[in-house]
Amino acid sequence: MQEAAMQIELNGTRIETEAPTLAALIAERGLDPAAVATALDGAFVARAARAGAPLIPGARVEVLSPMQGG
Amino acid sequence: MFYDVDLHSRLMLGTAQYPSPAVLAAAIEASGAEVITVSLRREGAAGQAFRDLLRQSGRRILPNTAGCHTAREAVTTAQMARELFGTRWIKLEVIGHADTLQPDPFALLEAARILCAEGFEVFPYTTEDLILGERLIEAGCRVLMPWGAPIGSGQGLRHEEALRSYRAHFAGVPVVIDAGIGAPSQAARAMEMGFDAVLLNTAVARATDPVAMARAFGTAIAAGRMAFEAGLMPRRDMAVASTPALGLADLGPADLGEALA
Repeated sequence: MQEAAMQIELNGTRIETEAPTLAALIAERGLDPAAVATALDGAFVARAARAGAPLIPGARVEVLSPMQGG
Repeated sequence: MFYDVDLHSRLMLGTAQYPSPAVLAAAIEASGAEVITVSLRREGAAGQAFRDLLRQSGRRILPNTAGCHTAREAVTTAQMARELFGTRWIKLEVIGHADTLQPDPFALLEAARILCAEGFEVFPYTTEDLILGERLIEAGCRVLMPWGAPIGSGQGLRHEEALRSYRAHFAGVPVVIDAGIGAPSQAARAMEMGFDAVLLNTAVARATDPVAMARAFGTAIAAGRMAFEAGLMPRRDMAVASTPALGLADLGPADLGEALA
């Protein structure tokens, strides 16, 4: 099935995606689902809940990884 | 000691600002630290290499919420960190000012209440305010982390007398001095005062030789703790001779009156 393209914000950058869910977006971007943590519109979305988290136009997605910190 | 985890080393080491990943790995090793702090950020170029480094270090991970300015941001970051690192530990930082990096006590307490209720084991980065410390404990925190001085400032224990009161007030609670430590002598001082650990980053990462400085801090903190356990002598206002007066020889000039008698 062909999904409609829409604009969302991924890590602060506006992108075009056809991914209907957060899980699909992770796959579309070629990210390792186990190596990142995700938030949708400022709220945490657990790994298991990504497939059930629909993306709508204008959604703000954060995909974060371990980084150096003090 | 810290949420039922006993540590041998009382140094907790940050992983930011090192000149290279190799120096970071060597500094962790040299420090002897069993706990290292990390953050969550948008994926950068060196993400995979850093994940490998964390795994290889074998150290316990203490993720932070650095950069968060609201309770909601901090709670979301903590939830993301718990999933990613597989730990309930969180160094809770809610910053009030971008320039001073002073903790926002109100947002800190709000976030601590939420996270403790969700089963997190919270290490709250706080000022040395006693009432705030009590509220954090009421919220469920079983560790407190007052600042030594502003983050990255290297000023040491800026309010030493207030921290002494803090240590006494929270006698049964593990208390970690977090931030502002610039020199091993300052870290040793904190340990001599009876604090349970010291968390630092910049003083090691920004040293001319971070690996040697990591070793220096590890050694100083161990020495400070040993001194605390040994029991420091009380400070005195006046001199007190340490060598006994008993048996002191008379080597002064002969008494003229006696010689003439």
